[in-house]
Amino acid sequence: MSRPEEIAPPELFYNSKESKKYTENSRVQYIQYVMTKRSLELLNLKKSSFILDIGCGSCLSGEIISSATEEVNQGMNHYWTGLDISPDMLEQAIIRKEEQKFNTNDDDSDDEESGDVGGLRNGDMMLHDMGQGIPFRAGSFDAAISISAIQWLFNKDNNNQDPIKRIRRFFESLYSSLTKNGKFVAQFYPANDDQIDTFLQIAKQTGFSGGLVIDNPESKKNKKYYLVLSCGTMSSNDADDADNL
Amino acid sequence: MKLLTTNFIKCSVKACESSNKSFPLKYNNQCQLELNYEEDDEIIQSSYEFLIGILDKIEWDALLKVCQDLGNNDLPPTKPIINEDVANLNDNEKLIIKQLFNLLINTEIVEGSMQCESCEHIYQIKNGIPNLLLPPHLS
Ligand SMILES: [Zn+2]
Repeated sequence: MSRPEEIAPPELFYNSKESKKYTENSRVQYIQYVMTKRSLELLNLKKSSFILDIGCGSCLSGEIISSATEEVNQGMNHYWTGLDISPDMLEQAIIRKEEQKFNTNDDDSDDEESGDVGGLRNGDMMLHDMGQGIPFRAGSFDAAISISAIQWLFNKDNNNQDPIKRIRRFFESLYSSLTKNGKFVAQFYPANDDQIDTFLQIAKQTGFSGGLVIDNPESKKNKKYYLVLSCGTMSSNDADDADNL
Repeated sequence: MKLLTTNFIKCSVKACESSNKSFPLKYNNQCQLELNYEEDDEIIQSSYEFLIGILDKIEWDALLKVCQDLGNNDLPPTKPIINEDVANLNDNEKLIIKQLFNLLINTEIVEGSMQCESCEHIYQIKNGIPNLLLPPHLS
């Protein structure tokens, strides 16, 4: 199977047809749910937080971030800001947001999603290229999350793009946009071990501590990579999870 | 885009990083505002913890400036103080939090633009989504 990032840049790959397909595919939704829930678990937040979602796509992840259920967030009510480079993906999020508004206004019955107070209305979406830097002032976010996105930073879509420069810009601006003990968890699909090393090395150079968590390492299909980084020092609890840098 | 976000978003041009004019952005006075929710006490109450946490981070002067850009001059000149214990808020504090919710979370900029006063780049907001992509000569 070819990797989407080898076919075309993300804003072209996820055109309106692909975006709609992606958002409505229930297997995609399930995998997104599992990876977002796991990322939140690795963030290990203790109170309702302000979270940056990098490469939010159609905000399937955002919906899970702001789910105030026991199962996902122990009742915490997080707010988030999502960045994505694909206007068509964001368009899908707007459509779903409008649908949710309509449904909640229309429906007083106790549906199965009670506990999901905010839904997509807990979030903001913006059109942005993470390689151009995270455009938020110092100390904005308590945490950042990214699902299946940061491997796109290795793409070189035109002659002026230097992936290493973009990755460095990404990590240094992300570091600055997080609070003092802010954390960043990113699930990603590395093409090879070099890409993992590059992320870890640049993250460390820009001030992060932490490392890599691999879930289901024996499974070819379900093996998942998570960068787990912190602006402060990792607590012993977190350190058990991540190989130290 | 929630009004809350205006207190955090800054120009992403690298050269503007060292300039104190790149935050807050200057909002066009023609910006169109909309309310996100019908007022809902359950949602406000479930947001107490978040709002108390975020109030600590808000740069009040920047908020005053952005509200002025958008035609609201009614904010108190200094940041209100709320006790951190969510379980023991008095009625006055609950009222302040409700007002903060309506201002920061419930008010959204749906159409308009914002400009960096350092490099003068204008960012458009359409359908509630700001376009932060930089043209090649600025990125
Ligand atoms: Zn600027």
